[in-house]
Amino acid sequence: MTEYGDRYLVGSQREQVSRFRARVMLLVPLAAILFQVYVPRIIPVLGYLELPLLVTIYFALMRRSQIAGLFIGAFIGLAQDSLSIKQPLGMYGIVKTLVGYFAASVGLRIDVEHSVIRLLLTFFFYFFNEFLYWVLASGLLGRQIPFEIQRTLVLGLLNAVVGVTLFHFLDKLREPA
Amino acid sequence: MDTFLNRYRNITVLLLVIFAQLVLIAVQVRNDRDVRMVRVWSVTAITPLARVLETVRGGTSGFFRNYILMHDAREDNRRLQADLDRLKMENQFLKSEISTADRAKALVAFQQRTQSRTLAARVIAAGAGANSRVVFVDRGSAAGVEKGMPVVTPDGIVGKVIAAYPTASEVMLITDPEFAAGVVSQKNHVVGTLKGQGQSTCKVDYVPSEEKVEAGEMFFTSGDDRIFPKGFPVGVVRVVRPSSPYQEVLVEPSGLERGLEAVLIVLEGVHQAIPEVPPANAPVYLGTPPPAAPGEQAAQPAGPAGTDADKLLQKYRQIGAAENHTFGEGAPGSKPPDFNIKVPPPGAGGSDAETRRRGDAASPPAQVSQPAATKPPSIPNPADGTKTGVAVSPRRRVAASQTASQDPQRQ
Repeated sequence: MTEYGDRYLVGSQREQVSRFRARVMLLVPLAAILFQVYVPRIIPVLGYLELPLLVTIYFALMRRSQIAGLFIGAFIGLAQDSLSIKQPLGMYGIVKTLVGYFAASVGLRIDVEHSVIRLLLTFFFYFFNEFLYWVLASGLLGRQIPFEIQRTLVLGLLNAVVGVTLFHFLDKLREPA
Repeated sequence: MDTFLNRYRNITVLLLVIFAQLVLIAVQVRNDRDVRMVRVWSVTAITPLARVLETVRGGTSGFFRNYILMHDAREDNRRLQADLDRLKMENQFLKSEISTADRAKALVAFQQRTQSRTLAARVIAAGAGANSRVVFVDRGSAAGVEKGMPVVTPDGIVGKVIAAYPTASEVMLITDPEFAAGVVSQKNHVVGTLKGQGQSTCKVDYVPSEEKVEAGEMFFTSGDDRIFPKGFPVGVVRVVRPSSPYQEVLVEPSGLERGLEAVLIVLEGVHQAIPEVPPANAPVYLGTPPPAAPGEQAAQPAGPAGTDADKLLQKYRQIGAAENHTFGEGAPGSKPPDFNIKVPPPGAGGSDAETRRRGDAASPPAQVSQPAATKPPSIPNPADGTKTGVAVSPRRRVAASQTASQDPQRQ
C-alpha cells in the first residue's frame, strides 16, 4: 500500500485489504482469458461476457492498490491481446490498465463489499472499458467502429449481474485475515 | 524530488505503463500507407517541435547574422560610396578626354580639308570682365599670329585676334557687341553685317526688308570685311522679324555651339564658295563596321550623307566604274550596265580611286568642291601645328577670291 493510498484508508478499511495466493492471482485471470477465447466458440452467446474485465475489476477493487490494479489490468489486457486475432498488442492492455487503476482508486475510498456497490461499479467499468476501447480504436488505429450505447448498456448490466455472482465466488479464494 | 516521486508514484507508474503499451501498439500497427504508426507518431510529435526549434534557431542566427552584416554594411556602404564618387570623377574625366579627342580629330580633319593656312591653338583663359566676350589662346606673335586674323573652328567662325602677344593672343568672340563681320545668306545670298549683342545670339544688320531670309538657313562669311575669307559658316538663322527699313535677323553662332576649347587661327585665308546645302556635321571618328555574317550584306558605313538614296547612288557609281560605263553618255538602244554584279561594300577597301569616288559621293558639295586630289598635298606641321598649302595672305584675299570664283569646281 502506498503512502498516497494509505492516507485515504481508515483503520477498518486498512484491515479490509484482501490478499490472495499467488496461484490464485495467476490462474484466475488465465482461466478468465481462456474462457473468453474458447468458450464463445462453443457457446457463442457467452461471448457477451467479459470475464477478463470482471476479474480485473475484482482484483483491483479488492487489492485496493492502484499500482497493483494497473499491473493486473495490464497483464490481463496484454494476455487478452496476445490471444486475439488481428489485435495489436496493447489495445486491451491500455484499456484494462486504466480500468484497474481507477477501480483500485475507487476501492480505496468506498466499501466494495456490498453487492449493490459491486453491481454499479461493474456496470460503470464495463461501460468505461467499452468506451475507452472505442476511443483508442478510433483514435489510434483509425478503425470505424460504431459505438452502440443501448447495446453497451444492456451488456453492461448483464456483465454486472454476472460479475456480482463471480465476485462472491472469488471472495472465497481470499486468504483469511 | 523523492517527495514528488512518492506523492505521484501511482500516476507516474500508470503513465509509464500506458506509454509502454502505446509504443507497443505503434510498433505493430501500420497505417494505410504501410508506414508503422510509431514512425507516424514520432514524426507527428517531433515535427512541430522541430519546426518551432528551427524557427527560433533561424530567427536567432538570422538576427545575429543580420546584425553583423549590418554592422559591416555601414563600412561597406561608406567604402562603396567613396568608390562611386571616385568612379564618377573618372568617368567625367574620361568623357571629357573623349570629347577633347573628338574635337581634336575634327580640328585636324578640318585643317586638312580647308585651303586656308591655319594654326591650331588652345583657349587658355577667358576675359576678366563679367560680360567679357574675349578669350586668350596659347599662340602669339612668335607663332606668326597677327592682330586682325580670323579665328575659326570646323563648325564656324569664332572671332578675330584683337591683340597678339609673343606667347598668346587675345581673341574677340563674335558675340562681343563690338564685333562685326560681313555675312551672306546661303539660299538667296542676302548680304548683311553680323554684329555681336553680348548674348548667345548675334544679329545680322542691314538686311533690307524686301530680301527673303528664312529661319533655319545658314549664314556664311562674305569676305567683304577683308578679315574672314569667304565661305566660312557663321550660324543658323533662328529668328526673322520683319521691320523697316531693315528686318531683324538673329543668328545662333555655329562656331560656339560645342564650347570653345581648341580653335584655328587663319594665318592665310583662302576664299571658298558658299555651299548650296548646309554643311554636314563635323567629321567624327567612327569605328569600322562589324563583319557581315554569312549570307548578309556588310553593314554600310555611316557617313555625313548616309541616306538610302546616297547608298544607291554610291552603288551605281561603283557599278559604273567597274564596267567602265559613264552614266548619261550611252546612246539609246545601247547595252545598259549590269546592275546585278557584285561590288565591294562601301568601306571594305579598294583602290584609291574608288575610295576617293566613294568619299566624293558621300560628301556634300562643299566638300566635293575641295577634293584632296584637286588640291596640293597639305601636311600638318607637327612643330607649330600649321599646314602648308596654296594660300593667300590677308592682303591677297581679293585676288584669291577672284581666283576662287574662276574655279569651275567651286561653282
